[in-house]
Amino acid sequence: MRIHFKTSYNHDIRLFPDWWSFLVYATLIVIAVVLPWVLDDFFLGEVTNVLIWAIAGLGLMLLTGQTGQASLGHAAFLALGCYSCIIFMEQGWPFLIAFPAAGILTGVVGTIIAIPAIRLHGIYLAIATIALSILADDIIVLMEPITDGVSGKFAPMITIFGIEIERWTTPDRFYWLVLAVTILCTLGYRNLLRSPLGRAFAAVRDSEVSASAMGVHIARAKAVAFGISCAITGLAGALMGFYAGAFNNETFSIVISITLLMMIVIGGLGSIHGAFFGAVVVAFLPQFLSMTKDFVGGGSVAIPGLETGVFGMILILFILFEPMGIYGRWMKIRIWFELFPFARKDMFKRQKSYLKTERLR
Amino acid sequence: MSTLLEINNATLKFGGVVAVNDLTFSVEEGEVYAIVGPNGAGKSTVFNLISRFYDPYAGSLTFDGHNLLDRNADAVADLGIARTFQNIELFDHATVLQNLLVGRHRHRNTNLVQEMLFTPKVRREEKRHREAVEEVIDFLDLQPYRDKMIAGLPYGVRKVVELGRALASGPRLLLLDEPASGLSVEETQDMRWWIDDIRKQMGITVLMVEHDMGLVSGVSDRVLALADGAKLAEGTPQQVQSDPAVIEAYLGAGAA
Ligand SMILES: Nc1ncnc2c1ncn2[C@@H]1O[C@H](COP(=O)(O)OP(=O)(O)O)[C@@H](O)[C@H]1O
Ligand SMILES: [Mg+2]
Repeated sequence: MRIHFKTSYNHDIRLFPDWWSFLVYATLIVIAVVLPWVLDDFFLGEVTNVLIWAIAGLGLMLLTGQTGQASLGHAAFLALGCYSCIIFMEQGWPFLIAFPAAGILTGVVGTIIAIPAIRLHGIYLAIATIALSILADDIIVLMEPITDGVSGKFAPMITIFGIEIERWTTPDRFYWLVLAVTILCTLGYRNLLRSPLGRAFAAVRDSEVSASAMGVHIARAKAVAFGISCAITGLAGALMGFYAGAFNNETFSIVISITLLMMIVIGGLGSIHGAFFGAVVVAFLPQFLSMTKDFVGGGSVAIPGLETGVFGMILILFILFEPMGIYGRWMKIRIWFELFPFARKDMFKRQKSYLKTERLR
Repeated sequence: MSTLLEINNATLKFGGVVAVNDLTFSVEEGEVYAIVGPNGAGKSTVFNLISRFYDPYAGSLTFDGHNLLDRNADAVADLGIARTFQNIELFDHATVLQNLLVGRHRHRNTNLVQEMLFTPKVRREEKRHREAVEEVIDFLDLQPYRDKMIAGLPYGVRKVVELGRALASGPRLLLLDEPASGLSVEETQDMRWWIDDIRKQMGITVLMVEHDMGLVSGVSDRVLALADGAKLAEGTPQQVQSDPAVIEAYLGAGAA
């Protein structure tokens, strides 16, 4: 059992609340770094996939989990990040410039698109953003001269300071690249959470009226959240392009948007851990399903929509029984162990909350 | 004493309902000014006008020489006007500490890039914000709840947290919408000492809406009685309580 003693104001500002959690995350990173020497190429590829989904998840988490704005349009930003990064590289830009430039471009476009969209709330915003996912497909086809339309594009080789990185020939280097981007995005997210802007995002999510009464410019906060979210998503999109090797107008479909949203709900809205937990589920579900099918004996029979169906089922079960997602469950288990044997059965019963009928009156 | 807040001939209609009717009053720097009146008299609507949640149909609102009508809600907060809400509006999925820190938002002077990198400046500023917030936590005895989520807190504590969030912003004018409603006798007593200290020690001007006449006469310098959005009487607590029109309005409305 760990007890927090408050020694200074610095305590809450620190990146890691205590030595224990520093140790845990340091160990995790060391394991992550040495993974290519432990895993074979197939599983390393799977872990790379998890990390790329986690980056995309962090992007949407910032917008939906942190700021409370749902989006079903994020596949469009994955596509924008992917296409712009690869097109920049085709123009001869080095990866180290093309990649961040793709992120920034996606962020700027996201902010501009957000400005009219942020007037919408909840489900209306989600519906409006669906249009983005659908439009992206058409725009890619229409812009055939630069996007190569339906025939699609191949991801070029990445070179960083003369080191060649490619998903199939050097899976270990590609994995380290993705790992580095994951760590940087996570750090940036974590830093936001412990500074004024991150708190303003949460304020907008929980109560727009009191956020504005405390001096938060609601529209600006939402637009900035959209911008950062889209920038991170754009980076993930570029990595997805390199991971897939080839992509076209159908690669980033509305299904990807839906998967991304379901992923962060299952993982646990509003937490960094949630993006990672959700990514594990999304990335390993197809493997898991095909293994189960082999086990049951229907190995060769293709069942259309099975994956999406199972995914939807999991989502419904989570919304009904664990609205806090896998992260919420994880926290409860952890607290239970920390308090053992003093945990009470009804400890996590949700408190009765107050009706907010006449909100302002 | 100088006039801090001035409201002149303000009128606001909701469809057919005239919620605020040609209302004029002003609040002096350093005083506690209370608004009383039956339910539906338009008290909270006056607050929402000052917060710029609603646009008045007519009239003017001035704070320390600034025309409030030129500003949005967030820019009103920047002037140093902080408030609480009648039906507590806290950030439920955040801790008490984080709620109070949002109160510091108007003092933010770091930008997005600095915050994502958590530069030394951000760290210095964070420390400053946290020092200010810890002072408020000490003042309101909120230490036991410091790291608790709002969603699990009892009503009385939430009320105090909301006061704390407003105080954390370091306001010049504090708007309290029914600070004692739903509180026990002891909690109301605490609230009374706090309002006294806020005015006397912190030098913050207080404008409050309150039903509890004991609290009103205990802490306020002047009282405005409102009925159907219009001024009924204004003066010291004793003057207003003994005003025939006020007594009539309360008996007529059948409310306390
Ligand atoms: N947002 C709104 N829309 C329509 N009517 C409102 C709104 N807010 C307040 N009102 C009406 O304005 C009148 C004054 O309300 P309010 O200021 O909340 O009264 P109180 O003095 O109890 O705080 C009431 O008749 C109320 O129904
Ligand atoms: Mg009211």
